[in-house]
Amino acid sequence: MDYLWAFLIGGLICVIGQLLMDFTKLTPPRILVIFVVSGAILTGLGLYQPIVDFAKSGATVPLPGFGYLLAKGAMDAVKIDGFMGALVGGLKETAAGITAAIVFGYIIALIFSPKPLR
Amino acid sequence: MAKKKKQKEQERKEQAKAYEKYVKQFTPNPKYFSNAFKAFVVGGLICVIALYIQNLFMAQGMVKKDAATAVTVILVCSAQLLTGIGWFDSIARFAGAGVIVPITGFANSMVSPAMEFKKEGLVLGSGAKLFTLAGPVLVCGISVSVIIGIIHLLINKG
Amino acid sequence: MLNNKLGKHTVIFNNKPEILGTGSVVGVKEGEGPLGKRFDVVLEDDTYNEKTWEKAEIKMLSEAILLSMKKAGKAEKEIDAIISGDLLNQLMSASFTARDFDVPFIGIYGACSTMTESMILGSVLVDGGYAENVVSAASSHFCTSERQFRNPLEHGNQRPPAAQWTATASGSVVIGRTNKPNIVLTCATLGKVVDPGITDAHQMGAAMAPAALDTIHTHLSDTNRDPGYYDLILTGDLGHIGKDILLDMSKNRGLDLEKVHMDCGVLLYDKDQDTHSGGSGCGCSASVFAGHIYREILEGKLKKVLLVSTGALLSTTSTLQGDSIPGIAHAIAIEVEGN
Repeated sequence: MDYLWAFLIGGLICVIGQLLMDFTKLTPPRILVIFVVSGAILTGLGLYQPIVDFAKSGATVPLPGFGYLLAKGAMDAVKIDGFMGALVGGLKETAAGITAAIVFGYIIALIFSPKPLR
Repeated sequence: MAKKKKQKEQERKEQAKAYEKYVKQFTPNPKYFSNAFKAFVVGGLICVIALYIQNLFMAQGMVKKDAATAVTVILVCSAQLLTGIGWFDSIARFAGAGVIVPITGFANSMVSPAMEFKKEGLVLGSGAKLFTLAGPVLVCGISVSVIIGIIHLLINKG
Repeated sequence: MLNNKLGKHTVIFNNKPEILGTGSVVGVKEGEGPLGKRFDVVLEDDTYNEKTWEKAEIKMLSEAILLSMKKAGKAEKEIDAIISGDLLNQLMSASFTARDFDVPFIGIYGACSTMTESMILGSVLVDGGYAENVVSAASSHFCTSERQFRNPLEHGNQRPPAAQWTATASGSVVIGRTNKPNIVLTCATLGKVVDPGITDAHQMGAAMAPAALDTIHTHLSDTNRDPGYYDLILTGDLGHIGKDILLDMSKNRGLDLEKVHMDCGVLLYDKDQDTHSGGSGCGCSASVFAGHIYREILEGKLKKVLLVSTGALLSTTSTLQGDSIPGIAHAIAIEVEGN
């Protein structure tokens, strides 16, 4: 059952992205920003946590999930560290993903070269 | 004088709008339904695979949080590897938002400019361009997270 | 009283500057298209054995210029000027190509209208007696312009239906004079910038169509000719969408272009090559003219051609700042002598 909900919710979030791409003139970078920011805001309002509990990876793997992690990190850290938590929490929660993307991405860029499209 | 200029600007804007409408009848629409369907299936599948791997890790005794992080790292690295061997753009042309909206799209948006600008050097080329597309995402996401953190701090105190 | 000017914006060449030879070099995808056999050189690999895309484009342009000089039977020292341009910042390809020639260089930017612009300037120099032989050339490369104007090659995205494909192509013509004029450049109409207010950087055809119509209309009324005077009115890179818009708009203006109009961007690729609305880029009209159309003229299939290269004068800055895309088009008439 978990898998079904992950599939449905995850797929649905992607469909929203596709509709944004096809119906508006938004470019992919803008869409990524919109998704991350809206994920963070929904989390701040307490609306995203229920979706994550319900759909698991279906809500955390799409980019709003990245915003969710950032906001959740900041909110959790504030409880312990106060103001410093707001500065530290977001990145701390997402550090592994971002660092992996930077380091592995850099390595890949050193190894491979772009090929012309056909 | 200023009023005349403003009026002219207004006229130009209206003409542009009319022309845009006129142009629209010559422009084929994207295949809304099939694009959305492909995005749904591919995006959903990526989430299912992520959940499956996460469950595997948890069955090995990993804590849920660590398992989720490990899955993210795996998704990021595989998307970047696919970008490196030149498959990701073909997949994205087919699946659209199905691979762009999941964390895979974020990973691709970092590695693709870094590869592209390799010839401009490893520091100011790849090193700097790694963030041309992903930078805005990080800047906006982190800024919002800090604001949310501060708001929560104020609410909980008050 | 001006002797060489006609009507509003048209210049006439009374001393019969001619096309003495052409050269065209195209990339892999263009070689696989319907015109593949009509070019002088088709690359087996878009890198052209060079380390960077920019160097590949430079080599293509250089090759096209050398080919045109060879076919015209002119040595480097007989050429008085190279007039050339491309799409890159600071005209990188054209200037770096000229570095290897011992010939004065004029770099020009007219976006995708560059080929006609350089041919007009070349004809003016030759016609006015300021130069014996001039090379007019233009080039573009998909991989160099994509990284400058749009996204990295390996970036995952979907191209909208209106998108056009920047051609990997270079074209060059040698303009000079002989005692027995054959393929003569008779007159040209300089285009003005027309901005219909399109802001979507993918709608290039729509942004350029009004400029093309304006130039064609001015040319025909300046010279007092019907569209039927020409065997072919060839626009540069309006693509499928821009071509439809141009034909519809011209009908509304009382011009029937249907029978004589064709577009290089439409000709260059097959529908199933996934280029969406067709080809674009300086090299599009440059290579189609220097390759395919010039051959048609030599084979006697075409006698009077009006080449109208179209350009979208946008920059990465103007797009980011949300400004609209100004269009431009220049026209030059190529006629076979002795009709």
